[in-house]
Amino acid sequence: MSPTVVNDFTVTVATVNGSGSASSNTILAKTVFRMGVPVTPKNLFPSNIAGLPTWFLIRVSEKGYQARTGTHEVVIALNAETVAKDAASVRKGGVLIVDEKIAGGITRDDIAVHKVPFAELVKPFAPDPRLRKLLANMIYVGVATDLLGLDRETVMKVVADQFAGREKIVKLNQEVVKVGLEYSRDTFDAAKCPFKVESRDLTRDKLFIEGNAAAALGALMGGCTFVGWYPITPSSSVCEELIHLAKEHRVVGGDHRFAAVQAEDELASLGLVLGAGWAGARAMTATAGPGISLMAEFAGFGYYAEIPAVVMDIQRVGPSTGMPTRTQQCDVSSCLNLSHGDTGHIVLLPGGIDEIYEQSQQAFDLAERYQTPVFLLSDLDMGMNYWMAERFAYPERPFDRGKVLDAEQLAQVKAFARYKDVDGDGIPYRTLPGTHHALAPYFTRGSGHTETAAYTEDSDEYQKVVDRIKRKIDGSVRDTPAPIHEGDPDCDVGVLHYGSTRFAVEEARDMLAADGIATKAMRVRALPLHAEVVEFVQSCRVVYVVEQNRDGQMADIVRLKVPGSAGLIKKVLYYAGMPLSATTVVEQITADQREPSHV
Amino acid sequence: MSEADSNALGLAKKDYAGAKSTLCLGCGHDQITREIIEAAFHSGVDPFNVVKTSGIGCSSKTPAYFIAQGYGINSVHGRMPSVATGANCANRHLVTLGVSGDGDTASIGMGQFCHAVRRNTDMVYIVENNGVYGLTKGQFSATSEKGVRKKGGDVNEFAEIDLCAVAVELGCGFVARSFSGDAKQMVALIRAAIQHEGFALIDCISPCVTFNNLSDSPRGFDWLREHNLKLHEVGFVPEYEAQSVDQIPGKTLRVDMPDGSYISLSALDESIHDPTDIQAARRVLERDRLDKGHVYTGLIYYNPKSEPLHEVLHLGDKPLSLLDESELRPGRQAFDGILQAYT
Repeated sequence: MSPTVVNDFTVTVATVNGSGSASSNTILAKTVFRMGVPVTPKNLFPSNIAGLPTWFLIRVSEKGYQARTGTHEVVIALNAETVAKDAASVRKGGVLIVDEKIAGGITRDDIAVHKVPFAELVKPFAPDPRLRKLLANMIYVGVATDLLGLDRETVMKVVADQFAGREKIVKLNQEVVKVGLEYSRDTFDAAKCPFKVESRDLTRDKLFIEGNAAAALGALMGGCTFVGWYPITPSSSVCEELIHLAKEHRVVGGDHRFAAVQAEDELASLGLVLGAGWAGARAMTATAGPGISLMAEFAGFGYYAEIPAVVMDIQRVGPSTGMPTRTQQCDVSSCLNLSHGDTGHIVLLPGGIDEIYEQSQQAFDLAERYQTPVFLLSDLDMGMNYWMAERFAYPERPFDRGKVLDAEQLAQVKAFARYKDVDGDGIPYRTLPGTHHALAPYFTRGSGHTETAAYTEDSDEYQKVVDRIKRKIDGSVRDTPAPIHEGDPDCDVGVLHYGSTRFAVEEARDMLAADGIATKAMRVRALPLHAEVVEFVQSCRVVYVVEQNRDGQMADIVRLKVPGSAGLIKKVLYYAGMPLSATTVVEQITADQREPSHV
Repeated sequence: MSEADSNALGLAKKDYAGAKSTLCLGCGHDQITREIIEAAFHSGVDPFNVVKTSGIGCSSKTPAYFIAQGYGINSVHGRMPSVATGANCANRHLVTLGVSGDGDTASIGMGQFCHAVRRNTDMVYIVENNGVYGLTKGQFSATSEKGVRKKGGDVNEFAEIDLCAVAVELGCGFVARSFSGDAKQMVALIRAAIQHEGFALIDCISPCVTFNNLSDSPRGFDWLREHNLKLHEVGFVPEYEAQSVDQIPGKTLRVDMPDGSYISLSALDESIHDPTDIQAARRVLERDRLDKGHVYTGLIYYNPKSEPLHEVLHLGDKPLSLLDESELRPGRQAFDGILQAYT
């Protein structure tokens, strides 16, 4: 018998899309979380409503690692179409829980194979075959509870919470979980299962939440009052959750303190947001790559006419339609320079769910402070999966509404020029439509304009404005989140990363250190790049820029920013659409350390 | 200043003026600009509450030429409706005057136009319709009739899109067609459109003197003066004057607006077109389509019961733009309650 592995393995559930396994999978993951053990589920689903194969990974990690491992210690196989592949994927010494109806061809003798008669076990509970299929998922919750040693009471409580408010359904599901559990106890020997979850106290004060829900909550707390949006995977749940929260918390005496407009397309989404932002609402949209492409013209209008807007991009695999339910970090360069002409935007790169919450609030402050569209880049992996996160803080600071002059303030000044740099920071003052003062009205346009917002085709007047806008955006590093340093500053092997890549990189650096390869790291959290990034790169002999796209978009941005860095920056890339694993990072860096590649 | 020189707000007509037009001398659009100024002045619209929105094209330049004391936003081609809708949501008290053209609306902006109608954004939407792209020097637009010849001899090969017909079928509550050269009708229609709560379309035929003004062109001045078939003489009586006018002389239809204002429609022949009758509106549009010898102008359709977007969205009296932390952030207890679901 293999030695027991406690709190360090991955459970993989292989089912068919649309078969209703999502609840069961969430219940398993949340049970581990409630047992105080760090856990990270990942739903690897196809772009399909029903019928295609889907996998759900539940990584249990006492050390708190949250990246995908790429290994499968316990596999629950319910999909006839993929069972051969799923059985083959189980790690040597691992455990396979399989529907006995599809277990015929399994010949592995290096793993424990547990065959379960799913259909037979649920038959007494549901005459309706559809319901039977749904309930069958609860059988494996029971079997896993027994084999992995999950706390029975916690499982039952999580089931109750999952179906809260629907007592009959709670009871039915709990009974089926019990049947699975008892079947397993009577049939298998749980003591022989080498993978165990043991209770700890490591998740107290932590949240278990999807990135998109965190983004929505951040927008609510950040004072977003307008959302214009168009449904697109994987971003739709940001807006849906925000609307849900707003209906709950922003209706006073029948009046809605928010407006949500589902647009006809993403062009209109950003048009709506810019109109609302121009008139003084804190406005946002959420989208994915194809939507970003459609927003290009309006993004340039917002940039040049200096209108606040928040655009959340939940990145998915491109180009074109790409793979809509797979993850990448492939919109970094397109968002940074979205639109024709010389355009450069503020881009926020949250790495982790608590940062998504923080930065989705801050995005509204930055948009209004810098009077410009701000792009917040999340991705499908962070957005649509549950993650552990530090408990979110209640915001203490008031909103930063930026340089807005009201009628009273206008009465104190002699003149107002909409696009004039009064304070030397490149940020002009603005007024809101409806302000009752003779100085306030101005004309906003995407065509050439002077400091006083008048139409112009004069070369000097045009240049004065665009040069100031560049200074303004460059100056945003004063307020955007600074990069995070990790590791010994004297180390000369650097790892530069951002966004969801963080999780694999943190684990990879531990693995590399164990192999004798010491690294230091910098996690970039915003564009334009901060000066610290330049210093970091210049302090290294080699910098591995780890990211999830084919071309190394961030690596190229850093190369352009740091003079003479082209030779020392190396791209560590993964762009196949699955969440990045630490081993992928380790393999590429180790190979280069052994035999340095030429860039 | 005599009383006639100032309006209810005590403002003079010059307080509604804008920058000097840069359009061609004699352009129909400049007539519309003057008509907007006239209407806003007579209706006593507060300039500081005016939002002027437009897309791209000759027509879309005109918001700079009226009500300089209002707030203008000249956005991107064909996408003004979304910008106007967003602004309107941010502050429901703004008086939104949208100016577009036939290219800006009927081609690149067709989708946004339809959806602004569908959502019923509270705005006046004037299409300065000349049948050609002026700024790019004379290409046919989608509102040009099939078979029409323009300067140089090119003949349009495709049937026109009738924006009024589209709007009626999409449920627009205020649909009018007019001619830039008929100031009396235009001013009355603009005043009524401002008063209407919801999307008000005025498709105004506005000749392009440079590229589409041949004597036989249905978008030319000469042709329009001879072939403009008015459905009725339009008058607008605001709420504050409505009490003092008790008897309307002659054969006139009084169409009441929800705020107490009314539109008076006087007959020009034996029948009066009743704009509150949608079937009658459809018949007018059909007649207009078949009768190549005329353009039918007036208030084609009006529905006093249309529900504007800000009501559908239950927006309160205080604009979204002015709400602060205390009004927008849930309290600590509510916040803890939200987080509870994620533990």
